[in-house]
Formats: sequence, structure tokens, C-alpha cells
Amino acid sequence: MTSSPGRPVAIVAAASALHPVYHGPEATLVMTCVNEVRQAAGVDRVDFTMAGSCDYLAGSPFVFVMNIEGMGAWPPIYESHVEMDGAWALFEAWLRLQVGDVDTALVVGSGRPSVGNQREVFSLQTDPYTMAPLGLDPVSLAGLQARALLEAGIATEADFAAAAGRALPGMDPGDLLAAPYFNDPLRSHDVATPTDGAAAVLLVAGDRVAEFTDTPVWITGMDHRVESHHLGLRDLTRSPSAAAAAAHAGAADGPIDVAELMVVHSPEEIVLRNALGLGADTRINPSGGPFAANPIMATGLMRVVEVARRIASGEARRGLAHASSGPCLQQNLVAVLEGEL
Amino acid sequence: MARPCAVVGIGQTDYRRRLEVSLEGLVRWAALEALADAGLTFADIDAVVIGKAPDLLEGVMMPELSLADALGAVGKPIHRVHTAGSVGAATAISGATMIESGRYDRVLVVCYEKQSEGNATWALSGGRSGGQGAGGTFAPWIRGYIKRSGAPEHIGWKVAVKDRRNALRNPHAHLRIPDISLEKVKESPMLWEPLRFLESCPSSDGAAAVVLASEDAARRGPSKPAWIISHAKRSEYSSFPGRDPIRPRAGVDCAEALYRKAGITDPLRQIDCAELYVPFSWYEPMWLEGHLLAAQGEGWKLTDGGATELGGSFPVNPSGGVLSSNPIGASGLVRCLEAARQVRGTAGEHQVDGARIALGHAYGGAAQYFAMWLVSSELQPELR
Repeated sequence: MTSSPGRPVAIVAAASALHPVYHGPEATLVMTCVNEVRQAAGVDRVDFTMAGSCDYLAGSPFVFVMNIEGMGAWPPIYESHVEMDGAWALFEAWLRLQVGDVDTALVVGSGRPSVGNQREVFSLQTDPYTMAPLGLDPVSLAGLQARALLEAGIATEADFAAAAGRALPGMDPGDLLAAPYFNDPLRSHDVATPTDGAAAVLLVAGDRVAEFTDTPVWITGMDHRVESHHLGLRDLTRSPSAAAAAAHAGAADGPIDVAELMVVHSPEEIVLRNALGLGADTRINPSGGPFAANPIMATGLMRVVEVARRIASGEARRGLAHASSGPCLQQNLVAVLEGEL
Repeated sequence: MARPCAVVGIGQTDYRRRLEVSLEGLVRWAALEALADAGLTFADIDAVVIGKAPDLLEGVMMPELSLADALGAVGKPIHRVHTAGSVGAATAISGATMIESGRYDRVLVVCYEKQSEGNATWALSGGRSGGQGAGGTFAPWIRGYIKRSGAPEHIGWKVAVKDRRNALRNPHAHLRIPDISLEKVKESPMLWEPLRFLESCPSSDGAAAVVLASEDAARRGPSKPAWIISHAKRSEYSSFPGRDPIRPRAGVDCAEALYRKAGITDPLRQIDCAELYVPFSWYEPMWLEGHLLAAQGEGWKLTDGGATELGGSFPVNPSGGVLSSNPIGASGLVRCLEAARQVRGTAGEHQVDGARIALGHAYGGAAQYFAMWLVSSELQPELR
């Protein structure tokens, strides 16, 4: 069972801190974003804080414990943490605000993937008994998905290049196709490079929104779904979980001016556009998407930030932000954002 | 406003080393037992919330992905919580958020740890060899508590004996030491002054699960609900000048918020029993004081006088507690579900007579993360 929000919730401020390689602690990235949204909204203390990050990027347990140093946790704060992209922290915060016992919530996603070899690290995401021993890493898995799309006649390598080219304005996709294969059928430009970084949004519920901003961005719907972990049980050319998340988030209730999709391997864009029913009227990844910046564990929340910025500026009225986790888009989240209702 | 939320199903595995089951098998065991208790199947569940301690403990990154099938989550939302040692209770509270918000009617909450498939002390030492482990972190603060309170050294031994005796009544408990005694604890090897081997928690495997439901769904079920009448979380920095790690302010604030929400003004009298997260013996008196159940310097006297024994005026850890079973990521949820068993009257041999309101608690990190809930046999219990 799902239902529409019990209490309207809006994003009143957003921030990001992105670095190809950041040579300081992750907590500083967090603090930079937290301070920026607090200043923008003119608030010191918030009622509730939700963070998303992943110990494994740094190969050390309890990395998130250090991150709390960047969140202003004194006096003690009411907070929680998901070992997921910050987009899922947004989901829990959005629900907590609907409960009605808190009015303001800070949401942060952060990661410093430069400290490890993430292609190796993420192979530990697969089933530990049957898949991880094979060393199946995300790029190889994305290659399987790409191959499935090509063989089904759903996409061509030129489609992959066009998706990757969104972050390379002025680049002729034909020139991209001249590059050698990295992992056949993927070329280097088909794989988003990890970035160090953090993103944050400040949420406010109900009639208090006007205290904080003149340009609220309302989260009118949000949902996420997971699929089987076993690739043999999935049709890799489709994403029923993304389609279900979009349906339950109410994506089809109006036109989508802009969509920011968490496409970290270019073939994923083709799968997602079909699953989300995005047509020619929707601008996709005007920011360049994860090909422009891929701050692992904040990449999904960054999609929300990018859509919110475009709605707050008046560039778009209604938009869709997407986040994903797991091999070949196993898990997908969709948030629908709107300007003044 | 918040919709009422209840525990309507409870499941847990035995907490011994479980070399005969996979991770999938372990979590599914607890989930199926909780569903059966609630008279439900996976098809009735709207969303799954999963929690565990660091992924490095088993070496599986973001295990919600590889466990989605075993937990019947395919096609549904699955949400993964990690808040250090407090994670089991934090996951239960995240599950309650899902219900209270009005979003879902039935949520499956599952937590686990399988220490036999990894090396927890290595991981808890920051992935470095020769680390101090959790006991090394807490021992100086325990010494500080002893100095501050003037408690005699046998208090720690008494907690160790009481919890292991309670464990003999709990068929799920990992440690079973029928001849446990003060002498035996006192003669066990010193690990981290003043903590001896038998004052420390074991390395356990295990999974725990609860089904949470909205009021309507709870009243339709076959089992007696345990109503969540209050929950609270608080976190603070791990270290800075002025922090009191012996009596962390986050723990005090968390307890205040918890009692205030439930209208409780005299917690020791109005709450019937507690499952506190006590991985090292001395944390029983430390949390009795740190969570306002006893005045400062008085907590150890409750332990010494037998109040915290099964049959005492305020039983603590009738299940045997973390000292008898520690599947780390699940341990907080075990505290919460054991509190629920007490108020449902289904705690078996370790039932506290007439328990109406019970406290489930967990803490984590450098004693800086706190998560607690109060459950009751009634939705709006009369406070006596």
C-alpha cells in the first residue's frame, strides 16, 4: 500500500561540494554542505538529520561516525543513517516529516571514493557465495546489460555514446564511437568516473515552508523498489522496479520538464528512459548527470539537488530525480519535484 | 499526526555459531518466524527495512541487494539502516517511521550479524590488526564510572552472573554456563581492566525480525500486539573537550525525550522491565544512571540489591541480554523484540510477571548513538 504525502514537504535549500579528488576528510565535505544549506535557509538547529554513506568506499568500518563531526551534533541531535545513497536518506526524512513530530530535516549524502579502487570494492556487492568469487564488478555487469540491449535491438552503441555525450557539450557522438573499447561493448566514456563529494538538502514540512524560502520545491511523490539480485531472473533490457517507483511516485500525473537520472553506465539511460516513460518533451540530465560528477553515495541525492535547483530558478516547473543501487540497476528510487503548487 | 504502530510478529534464530546456514538462510529464518507469528506471508508486507553493523564484519557490501530475494522484497521497497551498535533499535524505529507516516500498513524489519563469517574485532578496530576492540574503547570509561560512583568491584561480576543465569531460561541464547558463579567470573582472565572474560559479550551469529503494523492492521491480526508508545534517538560527537563519555548527554537527552513522549515521570516505577544493551557487565549500572532510571551514583545499588534480577522490582535483561548473545547488528532489535515479548506475555521461561510497559534500548559508536523504544500491552496504558 502506498499513499500520497500526509503533509506537504518542500526542499528549501540545497548544496553540493564536488571534487575530482578531495584530500581532506569526508566530514569536511559534509560540513561544507551542511553549513551552506543552513546559511541559505537561515537556520541553526534542525529537528531531524538523515545521512547516507558507505563504509566500504574507504575500506573502513564506521566512516559515517566521523561524518557526524560535520553535522553540528552538539548539543546531541536526533538523526539516523542509511548505508545507501543519500537519496534513500531523503526518503526516510520525507516520511518522518509526514509523521508530524518534526518540521525541519537535513539530508546529506557523501562519499570519498578516491581512497579506494571502487571497481574492485563494488564487486563485494554481489552475492558472496555464488557471484563475488567470480569478481563480477559493476563495469563488467554493465557490459552484460549493454550487450543485452544491443542483442535485443533496443539500442545501438551510438545511443550509448549519445547518453555519455550529455556531459560533453559540443562533442560529436560519432567521434566518441571512434574510441577503442574499454570493456567491450563499453568505451571509457560510457563509464562515469567516481568523484569525491557530498550533497545536502534542507526539508521543511507544511505551513512553515514560507518562513524559509520564496521558492520552495515540493516533493509531491517518492518511491523506491528493488528487483531480484540474480541476473538470470531478470530481463536486463527492462527496469520494472524503476517503472513501479515512478508509478507510485505519481510521475505520470503531469508533464516532466526535466529529469536527472543516475546513469553511471551510459546504457542505463536507455533502460531508464523506457521504464520511466520519458518522452522528447523532457530534458534529460541537463547537468551532464553522473558523467559530469559522480560522487558515489551522493550521486542519487545530487540528482534531486540538480532538479530542485532548476525548479527553484524557474527553469523548470516539474521534474523527476532518479537514484539507483546495485548491479544493473537492481534498485531504483524516483522522486517527483514541483515548483509552487 | 503519527499513526499508532505495533509489533504484531516476532522471530529470531538461535544465536550460536550458524555454520549450517547461509546469510540468506539466516535472515529468512527470522523473517518467516515473524510472519508466521503475525499470521502473514511475504505477500502481505508493504516494505522491508534491514539493519546490521558494518558491512566489513562479513565482507558483503550493501547486503540488502543480495538478501532482497530471501526477504521477499522483490518488487517492493527495501531500506538499509546502519547506526553502529545502536543499529538494531534504530532499524526498528525507521520501520516505525514507515508505519507512522501513513505510507505503509505492514513493514518487515530484519537485523542480523554472522560473526562466524568474518572477524568482528578486526573490523571494529578500524580494519587494522592489533586494534583495541570494543572492550578497549569502553574499559577506561568503566573505570571512570567506578571511580565516580564508588561502586565495589563485585558489581560487574553480579551482572555477569545474573545475565548468564537468565540466559539458561532462553532457548535462543548463545552462552549457556550452568555453573556460572561470582567465583567463576572473578577467576576468568582479565581482558581490559576491569573487564574479565566472563564480563564480556560473545561473538554470535543470528537474525531477528519483527512485523510492524498500523493500528487497523494490528487489530485484525491473530496475535496480541505490543504497542510502540514512544521511541527516541539521539547522537553526539565521539570526542571533544567537555564531552562526558561516562554519562553521555545524548543518552540522557534520548531517555528524557522517550519518557516525555510517553508521559512517564517516574521511569523506574512506571516501566516494568528493560532490555538494555549491556555488552560489558558494568554498562548495566551505567545505563540505569545514564538513562535516568536511577540517580547518579545509585545505579549500582539497584544491581547490588537484586532489583534487576528476574523477580526483582525492575528486571533488566531477563532474556540474558547482549552478555549472553551478541549478533551485533541484530542485538539492538533483540532488545526491542524481547521488550515486546514481555508486554505480549510471550517471553516464556523469562517472562516478567504482569509486565505492561517495557523498555528496549541500544547504543553504539563511542557510546554516542542511542536508540530506544517503549512498548506496552495497551495502546494508551494507564500510568500508575
